[in-house]
This record gives sequence, structure tokens and C-alpha cells, in this order.
Amino acid sequence: MAQHIPRRDALKVMAAAAVSPLLLESCGPAGDSGAAGTVTSGRASLPVLGQTPAKGPRGTPSDPDLINAKVTWELKLLPAELVTLAALCDMIIPADEKSPAASTVGAHDYINEWASRPGGDASMVRIRGGVVWLNRESVARFGKAFHEITDAERTAICDDICYLPNAKPEHRFAAQFFDTVRDQTATAFYTTPEGWKDLGYIGNVALPTFEGPNAEIRRMIGVE
Amino acid sequence: MALRQSKTDTPYDVIVVGSGAGGGMAAYQLAVQGLKVLVLEAGRDYDPVTETPMFQTPKDAPLRGSGNADKPFGFYDATVDGGWRVPGEPYTTAPGSDFMWWRSRMVGGRTNHWGRISLRMGPYDFKPRSRDGLGFDWPMTYETLAPYYDKTELLIGVYGGDEDLENTPASSPGVLQPPPAARSYELLTKKACDPLGIPVIPAHRAVLTARQDHERLPALLHPGNALAQRVLRQSMLERQACFYATDCGRGCSIKANFQSSTVLLPPAMATGNVTMITDAMVREVTIDASGKATGVHYIDKLTRTDHFVSAKVIVLAASACETSRIMLNSKSTLFPNGIANSSGIVGKYLMDTVGAGLSAQIPKLEGLPPVNEDGTAGIHMYMPWWLYGEQAKNRMKFARGYHIEFGGGRGMPGPGIFGGLESFTDGAYGKKFKEEARRYYGSFMYFDGRGEMIPNEDSYCELDPDAVDQWGIPVLRFHWKWSSHELEQAAHMHQTFAEIIDAMGGKVQGTVQTDGSRAIARGGQIIHEVGTVRMGSDPKTSVLNEFGQAWDVKNLSVTDGATFVSNADKNPTLSILALAWRSCDHLVDELKRGNL
Repeated sequence: MAQHIPRRDALKVMAAAAVSPLLLESCGPAGDSGAAGTVTSGRASLPVLGQTPAKGPRGTPSDPDLINAKVTWELKLLPAELVTLAALCDMIIPADEKSPAASTVGAHDYINEWASRPGGDASMVRIRGGVVWLNRESVARFGKAFHEITDAERTAICDDICYLPNAKPEHRFAAQFFDTVRDQTATAFYTTPEGWKDLGYIGNVALPTFEGPNAEIRRMIGVE
Repeated sequence: MALRQSKTDTPYDVIVVGSGAGGGMAAYQLAVQGLKVLVLEAGRDYDPVTETPMFQTPKDAPLRGSGNADKPFGFYDATVDGGWRVPGEPYTTAPGSDFMWWRSRMVGGRTNHWGRISLRMGPYDFKPRSRDGLGFDWPMTYETLAPYYDKTELLIGVYGGDEDLENTPASSPGVLQPPPAARSYELLTKKACDPLGIPVIPAHRAVLTARQDHERLPALLHPGNALAQRVLRQSMLERQACFYATDCGRGCSIKANFQSSTVLLPPAMATGNVTMITDAMVREVTIDASGKATGVHYIDKLTRTDHFVSAKVIVLAASACETSRIMLNSKSTLFPNGIANSSGIVGKYLMDTVGAGLSAQIPKLEGLPPVNEDGTAGIHMYMPWWLYGEQAKNRMKFARGYHIEFGGGRGMPGPGIFGGLESFTDGAYGKKFKEEARRYYGSFMYFDGRGEMIPNEDSYCELDPDAVDQWGIPVLRFHWKWSSHELEQAAHMHQTFAEIIDAMGGKVQGTVQTDGSRAIARGGQIIHEVGTVRMGSDPKTSVLNEFGQAWDVKNLSVTDGATFVSNADKNPTLSILALAWRSCDHLVDELKRGNL
């Protein structure tokens, strides 16, 4: 079986590569901007490779900084809405013996990021409308907000809305909302280290060799 | 507008427009031959060594790295200011035409993000018209280009097997790097395809699975050229072998895969013979009264001003359609329809690759123990076209072949994972959902066909008389139409995928289409657009000779995908590189002989 190179060591290799002077090397005598311009007009210095400090991403939506990624938009959901969402996320992905609950890794915050995104107006309407519906339904049935009722009570509501093809006509919107939150919760949860561990994803580490499946897996899928 | 031209002698032998596959190869080959080269790149400076997000996870990115209109292939995709739209640089489509044009605006162009699939065209692919009467023949044979394929594969590093199948030629012994081991789903697919008579063989991809031999290869590739050997040796020393992690589409900071910006431009710059100006959007090639090209106008994007530079030779490699656009915009009394366009062919016979795909769920892949299947972050195996014999006997409804790329398995969980799982589980949530996620993870696969499109009269680009981009340059208008050959081929792809999935005991996700128009990807969507400035053996029906040199303007050459006469199902980048190398050898000879 392949031996893992710790990620830290792989990064050292890359850091060494990063100081490589090649791409920054002088372009030779022709490499100054005077030579680049057979152009006679006066102008700001050209971005000749190796001479201009203005390098790297410009921080626009089509040229973001990939190394120092950040969310550039305002998050719109209110704290009370996030409390309700967190409770729903944890109904979808609760803690078990293998991994924590969705809210523990911030699934509700991710849904806020997603619904608040530029151009995401329809998503925001679905999330906000769904959260109001959920609390109204919860109060109507059990007299308390969704996050305050028991797991069994929450399950009673979720069972009605967890699958659109089986949903009653009056629950169709809520079922679509539930479906959306389930998809987004899964995206949020299974893209974290906790989610990867739960699924048994063990990649994204540098390996010296690639071996393919071991004998046990070959036997299981019948390709011995 | 006023022509601004230097009174001093030009320091440049050659201006290369574009820094992707065709431009990077031209800059490298010309610079190591001692020519002074100016590269003009329409995008920004870009350094994969410092900018590539190696090991960054979806969680580190906005929206877990998912794609959007600004970054269609995801947040981490190595595309700057590009995708199917470029800010401030529109294009139009004619009524009834559906075409999408992918561009990027960065040093290295689209070589930064491509799939690295590097398939040679075969003997049939150079002479398609002679075989079936459709399309057009290339002005060369496979045997002519084969040595350049070998050299290109050695230069950039390509892994693959030694299979030598009909029209799927092997490389010369010792050229390819070792292929990576097959993954579990690749082995399972091969087992299912063997009885169907569909070959599943190691893919060829431009990824190093071993360090390049920096002592032996430079002398082999550049005999007697000390400068070339020195810069290539250093370049090969800078490249690491793949460590089987992080997606190639992000680029590669350890230079394990091929991108012009890590493999061609660094040694080109190291010669001391290359100047590169970025953010330089070329709009026009100029000529003198004798019909020789004199230089190019470009817009400096930072100051939004027009500039002129001159050289003895102009090489266009701006990407197929952008090269056409520059040529069509280069109007003069000698060439009122665009430079070197006496044939009227510039813009004509635009081609993309036929694409169709199906997904599947494979129960045999459920619940397997954890195994790292990242591999080279691309295909290790594929199926080359296998029904040449049936087509030769006229038993097929379409004339040309396709290959199959497939994937799946236990890849990095990303955005959208388990979207749609409710349909497998009757809406599971809670602990049941987690159990189902564990069961189904790794059991999904996809099959994508990539097929040859035959060039037709109805697929072309031209200048839109009513629109300019933000640089004041007239934009392209696209016309697009598939023929029955492509549509029947797309339907056949679906039928084949369904057979394979069935043989694997899997379930097709989605609908198996019998109507090809419901299966086929949109024009331009596969991002293999080629043609529009084709080479040929007759100046009346082609723009370029077999070396990419314009018939009408001897000191104007094209080295990108625009030169393509046909678009075999072999992904075009490797052929662009090999053709560009051959074009540059010719160009250097012509300069030495004083013919330019």
C-alpha cells in the first residue's frame, strides 16, 4: 500500500518550487518597456513579464484570489432564522457514532452564504419562506418554535415534507424547501474533513506512487 | 485612426499573438533557435507556481467551490476572466444558431485548465475525404506528423500505454511515460466492455508519472543546439512528477502536468530572446504595399490605448476563432475581406467535438472500503473508437468515430454531492440519510462520448457588423448547425453507454435518448473549437499551406487550432502542439533562406 507523504512535506516541495526564478527571469536586453514599444506615445509602463510588480489576481468575480479565498457578499439571514435552520440541518444530518451533526460544522452558515449569493434571490425566497412555514407549522402543532420542540415532534413534521412525490398538496412548497435544505446540508457537511472521514474519502494527500485498488477490493468487485 | 509606427528598427524577428498551446510552442521553438520573439497575450500575467490552489478544499472556497457564470468550471478552475463569457468582450450568434465560445485571458491561455487528454490523430484522420468522401483531407499524412508527435510527447511529458490499434497509433518506444494503475471502477468497466468488443486501454494524458530525463532528452530533442539544451534541461529539472492529488484543472504548481505557462514559456523566457507583453489585445495585422505583413496593432488594456509593434514575421495563435477574428479585422485594399483571405475561407468550417453523456449508479461499487482514487485527477483508461470496420462496410448511420471518457468512484466529495439522493431513498433524512450516503458514495459513474464533427458550410464565424467589444474591436457572430452524422453519432453514444452500464449491472441515471438532438452537447460546449483558417494543398480552397504559412502573405503564419482541416475525435491540444513545432521548423528554415 502506498505510503502517504504528509501534506506539510508536500507543501515544502511546492514552496521550494515557488522560488524558482525561471518565470521571473529577465527577458534580456529587449525586455524593457522601451523596446516593447516601437510605440512612440508616452504611456504608463507596460506589464512586461518580470518587471511589473502588479501580478496576481485582480480580485474580481472572474479573477478571484484562489489562495486566499473569501466570501465577498453580505450574509442576509437573521440570527433567529439561522437557529431554525440549524435545527433543521441537524434533523437531516444528526450526530451519530461516525460523525457530528451538520450544525457542528456550520451547515446553517453555509446555507446563509449560499442563499445570500449574488443572483440567488430565488434561493433566498425559498429558504426564508420555508423557515417561516416551519415555525408556523411547529407552533400550530406543538405550540413552540421548531428549535424548541422535541426530536419526535420535529420528526413528525419532517416526515410530512421529506419527499416531494409523497407530499400532500398543502405540503408541496414545504417539501421543496426541505429538499433544497437537504441538498445544501449535504454539500456543506460532506465537503468538510468530518464529512470526508464519515464517507471514507482519504484522498487529497500527496502519494509517491499510485497503486489502484487492493486485493480485497478487486475481489469484492470481481476483477481479480 | 492614425497609424503610429516606430522610426527605429524593430528588435523583433517574430511577433507571436497568444501564449497558449500554439503560442507557447511557437515562442519556445523560435526562441531556442535564436530568434528575437515578442509574445502578445490578451490576458493578465499568471504564475501557476504561486497562484495554483494545491490541496485547497471545497470548504476553503465560496459556495464550496461550485461553478457560476463567472467561473463556470468552479472557483478553483485555472481560468482567468474567462469561460463562455469574458467581461466586456461579447460575441453574438446568428438567429437559429447555438454556439458557446470559451476563452480565457491569462498567460498560458486555456492550457492552464484543460483535461490533459493527449490523443494522436491517426492515419485515417489525415485523409478522411479519401476514405469516405466527406469533409476534406489534410495536406499531410500521419507519417509526416508522427515524428513531431513523438518529440512533442517527450517535450511535454505524456503518460500512456503501448497499444497500437486501428487508427489509434502507438507512440515510438520509450516516448511515453508509464500509465498510472487503473482504479476500481475502471477495472470494472473494462471487464464489462471486453465481451462487448469495446477496447478499454490506458489513456494518454500530459501528466508526468516520473521525472523527465533532463540529461538525455534535451540533446535528443535539440541536437546540436546548446541554448535549447540548456534551457530545456533547467525546465525539466523544475518539474516534479505527479503526486496523485489535486485536480489538474486548477493548474499545477509543481509543474507535473502540461500547461504552456509552466512547460513552454519558462524555458522560452530563459533563452533571453523573448519579451512578453500581457494585457495586450491584438486587433489587426498590418501589411505594406507589397503584401508583406509589417506588424500588429494591439490595445493595451491597462491604458485602453492603441499601440503598434512590428516584426519580420507574424505568428497568430490567439485560439481558433480569435485568430480568425484578427484576420477578418485586418482589412486593406489588398485584402478587403481580411488579411490572407483571397480564398474567402477565413472563418469557415468551424468545428467542435460531438459530446453526449450519461450517468449511472453501479451497485457493485456500493459500500467498498476506503481507497484513494484521486490518481492523476483525470482519466487513467478510455475507449478509443472501435467500429471502423462497420463504418467501412456502410453499416453505420454516421461516418466518423468517437472515443469514450469515463469517471466516477471515490473522488473528492464536492458541492452537489448527494443532490438527488432522495430519489434513491424515498426522501431519507436523519441517521438513515447518513447510512445511505455511505452506501452510495463512490457508486456513481459517468460516460462521456467525444466524437468527430465533419466540417460543414453552415458552421462558421464572421464579423458582426453591428457590435464591438469594450476595446472597440468588431466581434464575432457565430453560425452553427450539426449534420445528421453528428446527431446519429450522439444517439449511438447513448445507446453504447446504456449497454455498458447494463453489462456492469448498473442503472442509467436520466434518459437514454434515441433522438441525437436531445443527447448532443451545444456547439462549443466541449471547448474543442478548431478550423476557420484551415491549411490545404490548394490556395483557392485553403488559407495556409501545410506549415501553417499563409498562401497570400508569406510572413504570416498560424499555429493554433484554426489550422485544422478536420476535427478527429482526438482532443486537439496535442496536435496543435505538434503542428506548431513543425510550422516553426519551417519558419526558421524560411528565415535562414531569406525567403521572408
